[in-house]
Amino acid sequence: MPLRAKVASSVSRTAAALSRAAGRGDGSVIGGWIGLKIDPDLLAHLSAGRAIALVSGTNGKTTTTRLAAAAVGVLGRVATNSFGANMPTGHTSALAKAGSTPYAVLEVDEHYLAQVLEATEPHVVALLNLSRDQLDRAKEVAMMAQLWRAALVRHAEVRVVANADDPMVVWAATPPADPARGINAPHVTWFSAGQRWHDDSWVCPECGSTIQRSGEQWWCTGCPLRRPEPHWTVEDDGVLDPTGAWHKITLQLPGKVNIGNAATALAVAAEFGVRPVDAVSRLGTVTSVAGRYAQVTRDGRNIRLLLAKNPASWLEAFDMADEAPTLLSINARDPDGLDTSWLFDVDFAPLRGRQVLITGDRAYDLAVRLEVNGVPFQHVRTFDEAVRTAPPGRLEVIANYTAFQDIRAELDRVN
Amino acid sequence: MSTESLRIVWVYPDLLSTYGDRGNMLILARRAQLRGMPVEVMEVRSDQRLPATADIYLIGGGEDGPQALGAQRLLADGGLHRAVAQGSVVFGVCAGYQLLGTSFFAKGTRCAGLELLDLSSDRGPTRAVGELAGEIDPRLGIPALSGFENHGGRTHLGPGVAPLARVTAGVGNDGATEGAWRGKLLGTYSHGPALARNPALADLLLRWATGAHQLPPLDDTWADRLRAERRAAVAAAARV
Repeated sequence: MPLRAKVASSVSRTAAALSRAAGRGDGSVIGGWIGLKIDPDLLAHLSAGRAIALVSGTNGKTTTTRLAAAAVGVLGRVATNSFGANMPTGHTSALAKAGSTPYAVLEVDEHYLAQVLEATEPHVVALLNLSRDQLDRAKEVAMMAQLWRAALVRHAEVRVVANADDPMVVWAATPPADPARGINAPHVTWFSAGQRWHDDSWVCPECGSTIQRSGEQWWCTGCPLRRPEPHWTVEDDGVLDPTGAWHKITLQLPGKVNIGNAATALAVAAEFGVRPVDAVSRLGTVTSVAGRYAQVTRDGRNIRLLLAKNPASWLEAFDMADEAPTLLSINARDPDGLDTSWLFDVDFAPLRGRQVLITGDRAYDLAVRLEVNGVPFQHVRTFDEAVRTAPPGRLEVIANYTAFQDIRAELDRVN
Repeated sequence: MSTESLRIVWVYPDLLSTYGDRGNMLILARRAQLRGMPVEVMEVRSDQRLPATADIYLIGGGEDGPQALGAQRLLADGGLHRAVAQGSVVFGVCAGYQLLGTSFFAKGTRCAGLELLDLSSDRGPTRAVGELAGEIDPRLGIPALSGFENHGGRTHLGPGVAPLARVTAGVGNDGATEGAWRGKLLGTYSHGPALARNPALADLLLRWATGAHQLPPLDDTWADRLRAERRAAVAAAARV
């Protein structure tokens, strides 16, 4: 590593430690920010010599990254940005903090995938899904798929692990090859993790025709784009690998969605030569991920934290949550997106019959939504009031991004 | 009303449903049911014929490609034009508002609109994203508009329509006026579930559809709190 990179890496680690000691944050961003100021190529320098996997998509990337890091751990030490700091500053911090490791598994914000592909030259990239998320700021779904596709054309050597159930992802992962001009199609391993959310993929990104669905199959009515045959699939509470062997998945994380995330993690690890039979037991060691699914007991309430950032992930959260009193907290600060319209894309009916408490900066938007949905609720001003209002026992907390971080801070930054 | 129940059609949710557009259908249906009106809601996809006999048609927002495709299919189908000729109510939001006009821009080209409203849309210099508020045309007799906008278009009104509102915050059509209406057709840049923050606008559409001069009042405590909070947020942002 050049001297400048060594200095930058060392300063980066110090700043991260100071940030944590001062109680200002995880230190997962500030260290990388300072390091990149000293050496703009620091991320490339820190990546050199490591076999790297990138994980990107709208939903599930933090958990899938954590599971994939556990699976790749079969082979040796793995650097990872497990606090969900998923932009280049976070990657830089994570790699600097980990020191020299043979492997790295990095979660990447979908907007930064092209840039991070360039800097880290990964061995494999996993593409999970693309759905609407913070549309007041984020690029529209089809435009994001186009950006991914263009990035993969420039990196045809990378091995791709991609979701066969998401037409936007399939299209992004299969750019047209032109061997005469030295443009080869990337090698793609397809997985099927089951996908509940379909509302963003009714129109073909290739030709604009309608996409038809029947069961798990989908196909474009106007061009050859269709669901590829997946190599990895979820079956019951386990995963079928490409050889046809079935592996039971036992996780400490709730919900069917996490079995799907486990399938993706095994497919990523397999690209490094990890056999699923060797990796499955490691998946069961993952308890919570940057506070997601964390359980805390306070005043006799067993509080469980679930993060739901957009319509697709709310559906998953209702599936994971127990039939118990539930606190919903909604903010609309910059990291959440300023627009609360998505509340009407979520059907809150599964909460009928549970005691529902609401709070957060934008609790009134949620109140109007729940009223229209026929879900009775009670508004509370603070998290403490919510804890006092709920009876002793399980309290499920489902919150969007900054609301989740606020509550996590109340619970002493629980992980 | 055309039949004994109020019929609400959500036009092409497969194409025109960018962000919570379903909310307008849910809100209208609920506010009608709370007044004891039987309601029939229909989601009509773009590969289906559009029935011409419903009372209210809702057209939501969409990305460029789906907006252009939606306009083409509505022109080819003809059902919406027949419905308007018979006096049905149409509520268009964002892309669904633009395509009611004579033309709009999508993917860099001018596209033919439905010519149901005398207006045309093109691209503005910047994307309008943020809170949108305005004083509504006094002839409609409802309180101020409160919404959120997210669009790159600018809309020019012809003499055949009236602006829905005079902008007090945000951009709307052009920074001065917002939305448009004529007869029982109404469009707005207040996107997504625009009626959530504007229950009086929802009731206006219901009164147009039913011919009722008045509807029994509903408890809008939460919507009123939401409106007050948003009004305060807009005022606070203006002071900075």
